[in-house]
Amino acid sequence: MKICIPAKGPDSGDLVDERFGRAPYYLIHDTETGETRSYKNPAAEAMGGVGPRAAQFLLDHDVNILVAARVGGNALEALKAGGITILLSEETGGTVREAITAASGGRLREQ
Amino acid sequence: MKITVASGKGGTGKSMVAANLAWSLSGSGQVTLVDCDVEEPNLHLFFREDPSTGTVVTVDVPCIDTNRCTRCAECARFCAFGALVVTRERVLFFPEQCHSCGGCAIVCPAGAITETPRPIGRITTRGISPSLHLVTGTLSEGEVLAVKVIREAKEAAGTGEWVIFDASPGTSCPVVETLEGSDFCILVTESTPFGLHDLALAHDVTIQTGIPSGVVINRSDGKDEAAHRFCEEHEIPVLAVIPFERKIAEIQGSGDLISRRNAAWYDRFQSIGRLCRSLVEGA
Repeated sequence: MKICIPAKGPDSGDLVDERFGRAPYYLIHDTETGETRSYKNPAAEAMGGVGPRAAQFLLDHDVNILVAARVGGNALEALKAGGITILLSEETGGTVREAITAASGGRLREQ
Repeated sequence: MKITVASGKGGTGKSMVAANLAWSLSGSGQVTLVDCDVEEPNLHLFFREDPSTGTVVTVDVPCIDTNRCTRCAECARFCAFGALVVTRERVLFFPEQCHSCGGCAIVCPAGAITETPRPIGRITTRGISPSLHLVTGTLSEGEVLAVKVIREAKEAAGTGEWVIFDASPGTSCPVVETLEGSDFCILVTESTPFGLHDLALAHDVTIQTGIPSGVVINRSDGKDEAAHRFCEEHEIPVLAVIPFERKIAEIQGSGDLISRRNAAWYDRFQSIGRLCRSLVEGA
């Protein structure tokens, strides 16, 4: 199972970014290997269409679960079509590591 | 002679100047007035004639052959606007995101993408008088490709003795597209800090595009020193000063034109047109 957390920085100690499409980094945690990999969001600074592009990025990386504060309409449609589960991050200001723990512990509500 | 009327700031009186200029010049020559403010065209309000012809503006968007598509997602990774998303099972297309570049069809290794037209707006032409035609570009609600509609409105207008383009406010792509190919640009300003600030921006666009310009100071309260100083410093001729008068506002507000109601204004707008022409021919 792969969990994606949009983040403000490249480390799991960095803060979660509330924006999905414009987050500068995506951290993808593999629950089977316990490994967390960091990717720079190539579309973070793009003019438009960042939501669908971020959804494509997640699909390309075989992500199963996205933890996000909010997701726009087009991105939501794309994520749902791709079978990616969206978990709502309830607290703001937490770290990526905390979000991963919350998501894998089943403590987050599904959108 | 192609003249664009622009301003930077909205509400300075671009459409008022464009409509009066067109009306006055049509008294002694052939004029085509083109409403390039396609997101909210309004010049037709001054001329009540019904549209005589109309055409639909379309853009080409991808059409995906699901039998050929391998869901490789090359198209989605190429698209800079997030108009395509490819899952394992299917392709999602968000038409309002598409900028119609055609790149997806080129990069598709399976040859699964062809292009198909999608309507985004319309062009209507009205015959106001034997010597005055109004071409209006209208972008449909929710659409973003204003430039495409402007380009087609300009094509529909063609060339003529006088072609007057009414630009949208601002200094972004739609204004640049409207300006392109013009011989002269009339910048309409008002004597407010905002008017002057945006006049400077709009003037910069005319410099960048290499189009000579002149200024019309509208709604003048007689205290136009800052605007005059700006024009002097940048060597921009002041073509006319239109006072802030209740009578003008009443005529304008009733959907009429000051040049249609008043012979003096008719003459003044004719002379603005002649001045533009002499500035272009003298340059």
